Amino acid sequence: MSILLEAQGVSKAFGRLVAVDTLDYTIEDNSINSIIGPNGAGKTTFFNVVTGYYKPTTGKVVFNQRNISGSRPNQLTRIGIARTFQTIRLFNNLTARENVLIGMHHRLKSGVFGDIFRPPAVRREEAKAYEEAGQLLDYVGLKGYEEHAAKSLPYGHQRRLEIARALATQPKLLLLDEPTAGMNPNETQDMILFIRKLRDERNLSILLIEHDMKVVMTISDKVTVLDYGKKISEGQPAEVQKDERVIEAYLGRRALEMLKK
Amino acid sequence: MRDILAQPRSMFSGRLRWVLIAIIVVIAPFAMKELELLTNFGLITQVNRALIFVALAQGLNIVVGLAGLLDLGYAAFFAIGAYTFGLLTWPSHDIEMSFFLAIWICALVAAVFGIIIGAPTLRLRGDYLAIVTLAFGEIIPALVRNLGDFTLTFRGRVLIEDYNLTNGSQGLTPLGRPDFSFLENLFGLDKGAFNVGVDPTFWYFAIVITSMIVLFSAIRLNNSRLGRAWKAIREDETAADFMGVDPIRTKLAAFAIGASFSGLAGAVYASMLGAIFPELFKFQVSIFLLIIVVLSGRGSIWGVLIGGIIIATFDGVFLAQVLPDIFNGELLPEYDVQSLRWVFFGIGLIVIMIFRPQGLFPPKSIETKIVPPTTESAEGAPNS
Repeated sequence: MSILLEAQGVSKAFGRLVAVDTLDYTIEDNSINSIIGPNGAGKTTFFNVVTGYYKPTTGKVVFNQRNISGSRPNQLTRIGIARTFQTIRLFNNLTARENVLIGMHHRLKSGVFGDIFRPPAVRREEAKAYEEAGQLLDYVGLKGYEEHAAKSLPYGHQRRLEIARALATQPKLLLLDEPTAGMNPNETQDMILFIRKLRDERNLSILLIEHDMKVVMTISDKVTVLDYGKKISEGQPAEVQKDERVIEAYLGRRALEMLKK
Repeated sequence: MRDILAQPRSMFSGRLRWVLIAIIVVIAPFAMKELELLTNFGLITQVNRALIFVALAQGLNIVVGLAGLLDLGYAAFFAIGAYTFGLLTWPSHDIEMSFFLAIWICALVAAVFGIIIGAPTLRLRGDYLAIVTLAFGEIIPALVRNLGDFTLTFRGRVLIEDYNLTNGSQGLTPLGRPDFSFLENLFGLDKGAFNVGVDPTFWYFAIVITSMIVLFSAIRLNNSRLGRAWKAIREDETAADFMGVDPIRTKLAAFAIGASFSGLAGAVYASMLGAIFPELFKFQVSIFLLIIVVLSGRGSIWGVLIGGIIIATFDGVFLAQVLPDIFNGELLPEYDVQSLRWVFFGIGLIVIMIFRPQGLFPPKSIETKIVPPTTESAEGAPNS
């Protein structure tokens, strides 16, 4: 197994608040990795550092043997990092298909004059992209919704459309920020199976922020627990579950003492 | 429910529709000529002006409607197009370039200015961008007014002395007109047979062609890779960035292409008038164009076409001619009814914003049906 992403001593501070504190983190090829931790532990900030939204205050992030700290999000999308958002951020007034086509933007080659005059090469490219977008929508279970405005889709479908859009960028690493938030148990179960399917069929690694412990413990190859921006535990789900520091972070010292008795 | 206004084109189908439109476009100037004789109101020149404003509004629609960037100084690019044409064809500058070449250079120069202005400002979002573009819209006419007599020194050496670039507030006149003498030679006609001068019917067709070029480009761009990227930026710039769309480049493209439309229209307008002054490109022009785009429906190319023709003709014919004719006869002999022009537009804007905030002819994709969650697709696919 080779290493896809490596964060080396990454910190991100906002003024005097250190949201992520000298974090070392690695992601291997074809793995599902979860980051958990109490609210404010720095999970989403770490996401934003990895995807280029924030530049790390110190440390560096290496992706595919390439130092990516300081790169812009759209540059990172091009080399294979895609994400979804904690609160859904679709292009609301565009159709489902157009949303997915945006994910393909960086792979399409047409320029301004190609767009205006539409030579055969551009027509072919557009037709192919159009078709591929349809296939991706089908893959995430949105067949029949291609021409619906994103904002008119029900919540669960919007989540899937976000994933389809991220997949359209052809990522090697897919970051999912609370993919099962607001879902009922059936939908959550579907999502678990779907995330596994993504790893197995699409040959990518997944980094997950998730509050639902059932999800985390079921699908993760590796679980990392953050608290106050620091890594307090890491390992396979079963190991992390038993770690006293984790119980303390979530439930407090008193709870830990009570559990010991 | 189908919105009839949103689909003004559904009345006729296919080829028949285009034939009808073509016939109307061709007959229109001759019909207007007859109407002018009947009513004593200037029509063709007003329609020509309206069509120029449509071409300008199409450019602004790309910036405001598609890319979602509020530009309050768009008339600056109009001025740059017109003045570039002026500099290239004003006899005193001894360039006197051909109309057919000059108009494309004007479009290009305006596009370059779009990039120059855009590069430092497009990092700003929303209100900040609006303020900067507002300032830019004020700077250009002021610059033009003051470049009538300037001296440039560099480290004590005088590089340019008392140079008259723009002829200040007196403006540039006369300006180049399209020269068709090659046709005269070709058909062995008398000299001056194709001397178009100020003939409004000729200019009508010239402007229709200009508007069609702009319209064609806008339609193609709207439904293309770049057009999608503009809309993605408009909907959510941050999300677009994360999906691989470079926001700065995409917004610069919107500024440059919007400006190039404006530059082309400005050049044709300058040639038609034969004279240009800084006063033609005041702040009100930017606002008027913005009103056309907002009232017609931001992001709707056909909407801006139809709305632009209606609003600009309403302004030039009804507000400027018919209304004074009615009121200044007996009712209000002294009152300048034209001064109420902006009151009309203000009221129009308020009414539209309250009752139809998406504009009169919004783009189709904004009309959304709410999809009922169907059980069949809810359990469907992820695990299929």
